[in-house]
Amino acid sequence: MVYLTRKCEFSASHYYHNPEFTPEENRRIFGKCNNPNGHGHNYTLELTVKGDVNPKSGFVVDLKELKEILNREVLDVMDHRFLNREVPEFAKEIPTTENIAISIWRRLCPTLNVAQLHRVRVYETPDLFVDYYGEE
Amino acid sequence: MKAYLTKRYRFSASHRLHNGEFSEDQNRAIYGKCNNPHGHGHNYALEVTVSGQVDLRTGMVYDLCALDSTVHRAVIDRFGHENLNYVKDFAGIVPTSENLAKKIFEILKRELATVTLDRVKLDETSQNSFEYAGDSELRY
Repeated sequence: MVYLTRKCEFSASHYYHNPEFTPEENRRIFGKCNNPNGHGHNYTLELTVKGDVNPKSGFVVDLKELKEILNREVLDVMDHRFLNREVPEFAKEIPTTENIAISIWRRLCPTLNVAQLHRVRVYETPDLFVDYYGEE
Repeated sequence: MKAYLTKRYRFSASHRLHNGEFSEDQNRAIYGKCNNPHGHGHNYALEVTVSGQVDLRTGMVYDLCALDSTVHRAVIDRFGHENLNYVKDFAGIVPTSENLAKKIFEILKRELATVTLDRVKLDETSQNSFEYAGDSELRY
């Protein structure tokens, strides 16, 4: 089994807010991240897939296809967007790094027929990242 | 949904690798330059990984402010800008990065009672890093 990781970046804004909390609870739990005008990050996505090496091509996965899938399912959806307002699942879910990683996994899972998903890693900043392995 | 959250912290400290039970020659042979009697320093980078179910109300595995506060209080303030050989945690223990990673894991395991501590990774330099996951296997 060989593991292949493809990295890409996207820039997006978001804020953390749960309408079921009071304004005070939102401010206390989320602090500055609750600013309703949002704030931004340069996110880095590391997508790791795994599989056996194809004996003819020498590939685990055709990177051209993987890149195309990432562009369509992730970058076109999230890059240069205000996540809370422009990405459908974040109308109801808070676009934390955790939920962004899970969202990306869910978007890729049905379409990634070229390899098996192993891990989605999303860096919100260079010092903060979340890994999701598809576990319930 | 279970996710793994990792935050990186930095601190600077000095140490000397020396075992009093070895002869001078053995210490020099085993530890090389790290046995310099005056010690030397590192800018350590520490990654702390916690895991758990993503809270449906907050979207978080764990409160980052709480994690920062705990790590700063229990680790950074304890080891940062110290000579590790003089820190009581290393009385009788050679303050290698292996032992420092283990020590940090043990401290945080006690302090982070409401979340699972998965792993501690310590970068001693840009070329050497040390990971410790307690009794569990590391996950990549």
